[in-house]
Amino acid sequence: MALPTYDEVIAKWDPVLGLEVHVELNTASKMFCSCATEFGGAPNTQTCPVCLALPGALPVVNEKAIESTILIGLALNCKIAPYSRFARKNYFYPDMPKNFQISQFDEPICFDGYVDVEIDTEEGPKQFRIEVERVHMEEDTGKSLHVGGATGRIHGADYSLLDYNRAGIPLVEIVTKIVPGTGKYAPEVAKAYVAELRDILRGLKVSDVKMEQGSLRCDANVSLKPIGSDVLGTRSETKNVNSLRSVERAIRGEMIRHAELLNDGKKVKQETRHFQEDTGLTRSGRSKEQAEDYRYFPDPDLVPVTPAASWIEELRGTLPERPSLRRKRIKEEWNVPDKEMEAMINADVLDIVEATVLLGADPTKARTWWLGEISRIANDQNIAVAELAITPADVAELVALVAKGELTDKLARQVVEGVIAGEGKPSDVVAKRGIKVVNDDGALMAAIEKVCAEQAETAEKVRGGHLPAAGALIGAVMKETKGQADAARVRELLLGHLGVQ
Amino acid sequence: MSSLSRDDVAKLAGLARIEMTEAELVELSSQFGLILDAVARVQEMDLSGVKATSHPQPLENIARPDVVLPSLSPEDALSGAPAQEESRFRVPQILGEAE
Repeated sequence: MALPTYDEVIAKWDPVLGLEVHVELNTASKMFCSCATEFGGAPNTQTCPVCLALPGALPVVNEKAIESTILIGLALNCKIAPYSRFARKNYFYPDMPKNFQISQFDEPICFDGYVDVEIDTEEGPKQFRIEVERVHMEEDTGKSLHVGGATGRIHGADYSLLDYNRAGIPLVEIVTKIVPGTGKYAPEVAKAYVAELRDILRGLKVSDVKMEQGSLRCDANVSLKPIGSDVLGTRSETKNVNSLRSVERAIRGEMIRHAELLNDGKKVKQETRHFQEDTGLTRSGRSKEQAEDYRYFPDPDLVPVTPAASWIEELRGTLPERPSLRRKRIKEEWNVPDKEMEAMINADVLDIVEATVLLGADPTKARTWWLGEISRIANDQNIAVAELAITPADVAELVALVAKGELTDKLARQVVEGVIAGEGKPSDVVAKRGIKVVNDDGALMAAIEKVCAEQAETAEKVRGGHLPAAGALIGAVMKETKGQADAARVRELLLGHLGVQ
Repeated sequence: MSSLSRDDVAKLAGLARIEMTEAELVELSSQFGLILDAVARVQEMDLSGVKATSHPQPLENIARPDVVLPSLSPEDALSGAPAQEESRFRVPQILGEAE
């Protein structure tokens, strides 16, 4: 039987989702020891007796990790448990030298929350509420390198090499309740949820949330049930989903794969699957262990976490504005068209543009600089806009200089280059490079007369009332004056010279 | 008398990646039974007013500040490893992965 199309799948089947997101916290030290968490260190340079599980080592929890997890819980509208414990999740696998991972089992620190997401559909924006079952603390695993075999994958490998720098980095797992009722929008809702989580976490400043570096990872559980049925189907869990786009592709792909099996009267196997970035398909991984196989029990080396209610309320008071609300507010206050808003979010310049506006710059001008010239330079250098040596204060000053007529847009671009090259503030660059607008009408008139003589035919057309032709002449004058003239003044003088209004 | 079947022990041994002979599986299943019986005696008591505990000391909220301290050198970290390569721990082929 041929693979069903997505439309055929949703005509017959109703998808049910469950999403598990793992977030690496950006604490300086690990969850239960004082090793550094920095990404990209040489192998096994960030380990100690605790994260290597040497005999007699005693884990002690990182207080900042607890604080960050409570902040996440509060931002996701969760209740915070007055008493919670760590548990050992036992499994035999070399990515954890202890042969267990310290996690939380039946006593997670945060529970019962929700996240509201909005997606654009043909029928307009639609809201979905994703309920959060729990947010719990655990530790990340080491990194394996599989040697031998054709593909560098675990299958067919002769042996594996382990780097434990990542073992023990604080990890927070955010688990949704089952998400029913998204129908054909399931893949988009899942993507919107992960995007919203990423924005919330970034706003809280508790994680780098870089999906490509693995500091934010999503496992997607998908099952199908016949439309109208109350009985849940068998789920598969897809791991290795490392971008927002992949979240959408992985779920869509799994829905089609499940439907094909079910349409053929076959069964979906409950298993872990690995998403393949290149093909957009998943391949089978290990059969999912049953929860009881993990033989969870409270970790006897760690004591209960009992955050004071007053501390929780203090943390609640520090929560930043919810990203989705902030975007709505900014869009309205600055009157930003949809496309431009999306461009700002995608280019990740919202914070920097807002900072520029708060320093007095016109929102449209601020946005145009950050999204245009400055983004272009950042792209050329292949770095993030925020890493360039230009600040919101610089751009605010630049916008003010242009508004005062002391710079033209073209000159301002030279100033931007100067600031980024480390020549100082915009006013310093203007002084050092001797950049100034030509305001001398005499010099402008000389250029206008020269251009009109060179392009006599065009000048004649303008004289005859064909105003659009004036653009070419103005451009030539600007070129003649090396962009240092004010285009509006040039136009005025040119039209006067040619006797038209 | 509680008991653990031979298959239960085989499953536990598999989860812990411990290779056991048939004789050992049978022998251990009866020994596990004795251990479970001993633990079961606790359950016969009335513990309704006793809070479950996982730590001998009545301690809570023992935490450390988020401060980085020096780690082991990679040489020290790997000094007890039976095998190593490229500054990494070398482990035998990871089994139990279907397909």
